[in-house]
Amino acid sequence: MTIGLAHYLTVASVLFTLGILGIFLNRKNVIVILMCVELMLLAVNINLVAFSVFQGNVVGQIFAMLVLTVAAAEAAIGLAILVVYFRNRGTIEVEDINAMKG
Amino acid sequence: MLLQALAFYVFAAITVAAGAMVVVSRNPVYSVLFLILAFFNAAALFVLIGAEFIAMILVIVYVGAVAVLFLFVVMMLDINLTELREGFLKYFPVGALIGVVLFAEMLLGLGIVGAGSKTIAGLNAQGAQVLAIDNTRAIGRVLYTQYFYLFQVAGVVLLVAMIGAIVLTLRTRPGVRRQKAGDQINRTKEQAMTVVKVPTRGGV
Repeated sequence: MTIGLAHYLTVASVLFTLGILGIFLNRKNVIVILMCVELMLLAVNINLVAFSVFQGNVVGQIFAMLVLTVAAAEAAIGLAILVVYFRNRGTIEVEDINAMKG
Repeated sequence: MLLQALAFYVFAAITVAAGAMVVVSRNPVYSVLFLILAFFNAAALFVLIGAEFIAMILVIVYVGAVAVLFLFVVMMLDINLTELREGFLKYFPVGALIGVVLFAEMLLGLGIVGAGSKTIAGLNAQGAQVLAIDNTRAIGRVLYTQYFYLFQVAGVVLLVAMIGAIVLTLRTRPGVRRQKAGDQINRTKEQAMTVVKVPTRGGV
C-alpha cells in the first residue's frame, strides 16, 4: 500500500489529459483555455517534483520553481492581452480572433 | 503508511475532481475557484511527498497571485455566458477521443498498462528518497550556487511580464484633468500673486 512514483505520475497524466480536454471543449472561452494551460503546467510540476523526490535529487524542484515563474508570467501577459482585446472588441470568443488572418 | 496512502488518495481524488470541474463548470468564476482547490490539493500532495518548499510556493504564487488575477479579470469582463457555452457538446467527441488516446499513451509509457520504462519501475521499487538535510535548505544550497544565473533569469522574466502587462493595459484618456505635482511645485511667487493698488472709494 506504499505510494510510489507511478501513483504521482498517474495523477499528473490525468491532470494533463484534463487540461487538453478542456482546451478542446471550451473552444470559445479564452479564460477557461488559459486556466486549462495552468492545469497542464501543474501536471508538469507534479511530474518534476515526483521524479526529483524519488531520485533524491533536488534539481527537479528548482526546475518546478522555474516552470512556476513562467506560468505566472504567462498568466499575467495572457490576461493583460485578454483585457485589451475585450476593451477593443467587446467579446472574448476565440473564433472571432482572426484580425491577423492567421 | 496506511494513513499516508489514504491521504494521497483523498488529495489526488480532490485534485482530479477539481480539475474536471474547471473544465466542465458553466461559470468561469466557479472554474477559477475549482482551479484554486486543485492547486491547494496539489500543494498537499507535494507536502505528502516531502517537497514542502514547492508546496508553499505553489500556494503563495497560485492562490495568492494568479488565481486572484484570474478572478479579477473574470469579474471585470462582462461576458455573455450562454454564448460561450455553445459548441461544448459539438467538440466533445473529438476532444474525448484525443484525450483518451493521449491518456492511454501516457499510461503505456508509465508502465501502468503493459511494460513501461525500466527507469520508472526501478525508481518505483526504490521508494521515496529522504534527504539528509531539510527540503528548503537543500533547494537553497543548489539554487544559490549552481543555478544562480537561472534564478536571476527567472527574475528578469517576471520583470518583463510585469512591464508587459502594465504597458498593455495602460491607457491615457484624453480630457481628464490630472494633478501635476511638478507644475505646482515650480510655481513662483510672481506667477501666483499680484499686488493691486486699490484707490480709495474706487473698489477693485
